[in-house]
Amino acid sequence: MNDAAPMIDIRDLTVTFTGGRKPVHAVNGVTLSVQRGEVVALLGESGSGKSVTLRSLLNMHPKHRSRLNGSVIAAGQDVLKLSGRALADYRGRVASMIFQEPLLALDPVYTVGAQIVEAIRRHEKATLAVAQARALALLQKVRIPSPERRLQAFPHEMSGGMRQRAMIALALACNPQILLADEPTTALDATVQIQILLLLRELQRELGLTVILVTHDIGVAVEVADRVAVMYAGRIVETGPVREIIRNPRHPYTQGLLASRAHDAMSGARLDAIPGAPPDLAALPPGCAFAPRCRFSAAACLAEAPGSVAVGPQHSARCLRLAELAAA
Amino acid sequence: MKDVPHDPRDRGGPRQPLLSVNRLIKHFPVNKGLLGRSKTVVRAVDGVDFDLLKGETLGIVGESGCGKSTTARLLMHLIPPDHGEIVFDGESVGHDLPLPDYRRQVQMVFQDSYASLNPRLTIEDSIAFAPRVHGVPRREALGRAHDLLARVGLEPSRFAGRYPHELSGGQRQRINIARALALEPRLVILDEAVSALDKSVEAQVLNLLLDLKEAFGLTYIFISHDLNVVRFMADRVMVMYLGKVAEIGSAQQVFAQPSHPYSAALLASMPAMDPDARTETAPLYGDPPNPINPPSGCRFHTRCGSVASVCSQVEPALEDAASGQRVACLMRQPGSGHPAAMPALEVA
Repeated sequence: MNDAAPMIDIRDLTVTFTGGRKPVHAVNGVTLSVQRGEVVALLGESGSGKSVTLRSLLNMHPKHRSRLNGSVIAAGQDVLKLSGRALADYRGRVASMIFQEPLLALDPVYTVGAQIVEAIRRHEKATLAVAQARALALLQKVRIPSPERRLQAFPHEMSGGMRQRAMIALALACNPQILLADEPTTALDATVQIQILLLLRELQRELGLTVILVTHDIGVAVEVADRVAVMYAGRIVETGPVREIIRNPRHPYTQGLLASRAHDAMSGARLDAIPGAPPDLAALPPGCAFAPRCRFSAAACLAEAPGSVAVGPQHSARCLRLAELAAA
Repeated sequence: MKDVPHDPRDRGGPRQPLLSVNRLIKHFPVNKGLLGRSKTVVRAVDGVDFDLLKGETLGIVGESGCGKSTTARLLMHLIPPDHGEIVFDGESVGHDLPLPDYRRQVQMVFQDSYASLNPRLTIEDSIAFAPRVHGVPRREALGRAHDLLARVGLEPSRFAGRYPHELSGGQRQRINIARALALEPRLVILDEAVSALDKSVEAQVLNLLLDLKEAFGLTYIFISHDLNVVRFMADRVMVMYLGKVAEIGSAQQVFAQPSHPYSAALLASMPAMDPDARTETAPLYGDPPNPINPPSGCRFHTRCGSVASVCSQVEPALEDAASGQRVACLMRQPGSGHPAAMPALEVA
């Protein structure tokens, strides 16, 4: 693999879940490439397709209940074509994931140490002693206090923040190049969240990891991401460097999200809320999915889904009325 | 304080607090020992005092385990307190003021909009349920339910006959708000009421809460872990840590100039919104300690950056600080023995 090729290259990814009465169109044509060492945040509300996109990178969707189209290339491997042993080799070794709720993601009947050792020995020819030494080093790296003792601890014996650190240690056990993080701090308290975000940032820098982080919280994206991709109804509606997205959002949805935050609003004033609710993924409108809630929508918006338009260096948005809105 | 429309139920006038809470304590037993004797307790709420003024919004913030939700449930008498008194507009709850009369004036909205609605009742029946229990005839209760639906922005003709599972989270939370208002309460306790909602829907519900507060002359207790939302909603803020009040004061003051080191750390933990001014060091290390065995003295001393030897021995009382807040920190209390505190005033 040459260095210029992106570490992650997702093209026209669609994911449809067919298990229910009506097919649910969770991801509707996502194209995203991430360079080696880059941190990208997928930002969106529930049902926007951000977690489904992330899970496609580990080919985690159940085969018989989901239909995937498009291509997902990660570190030169065609992820959607992997299966069986090749997929198991890829998971954890090339790309690994940390989840929102470590208590559910970790196995409750094995100690943290045993789980890390198992992961190392699955992927590498390491003796038990070597794997145990690596597990200890990993717990030190994620700064778990008294790591020798914590290797012997079961997940339920740890606090929430400590469990998330252990989860990160497990994810990094086999030195993956890609780290996928699905709302890694959403279940944590504010004072713990910032510690985990700083830890992720530091590990990313130190290990040169390529990171995709899924979050609903713009603040979290701002703390760790180089680039933000805003998702709505299974599409990336705007993507750009984090500064651009915060200071110069171009898509009406991104603008609305930023304007409706209670962050700097005057106490007692009214928030500039986006009306309506996110669309039903089983019955998406033919045009722009945001049009029914958009204050700028025109007739053309309801007819066809807008393509991606470059609006600056590395900055693009999917909106038919970009030019008019910029001029206004 | 804004003018509150005159309410015939108002007793002590605008100056008298709507709610006064004195030394509220709730310990939950865990690990029942032999013969059901409990060995240890979770000190969930451990001596909480505050006043709630008429027409204000009091925000309660703190991390999980700090006792904010237990406080809310104690205020509603959903769980009986071990100790302490709640005075509602001059009347002691459970003594001068019987519980049914109290509950008619205090209502609550919970975080989980689905779990707090009966799945087998239609929306209109859910809203009309409490008034009917309190003796309002069915027809009148339903009529009022329809009015309330319209007030919270849901077309009565479209929504009245539906069931909770047919609605989105934002719509269900509007229903819960309508139901809380059905008894015409004076105080509404909002316990993480917008936390489960998407950001775009959260803003709509916050606006609705502000509108309803004005229209009905309500007083709110607004509990949230989201400090941005609390800053937006609250007139005053109470910061809790491990079952105790760390600091209480005007929202403006607490957010601009927190007096307790914990409040300061909590505020500094909020993610920056500026990519060029990211947080560089975490204000605190580790998780909050376990409320089963809280630290001695000041409960925050194990994580505090300004800790002195006295902090593990002396429990700070909640006292008026120079900046106008009430603060439980030895550094703010003259003569406490903390090196950063002012010396005690000489008594002539």
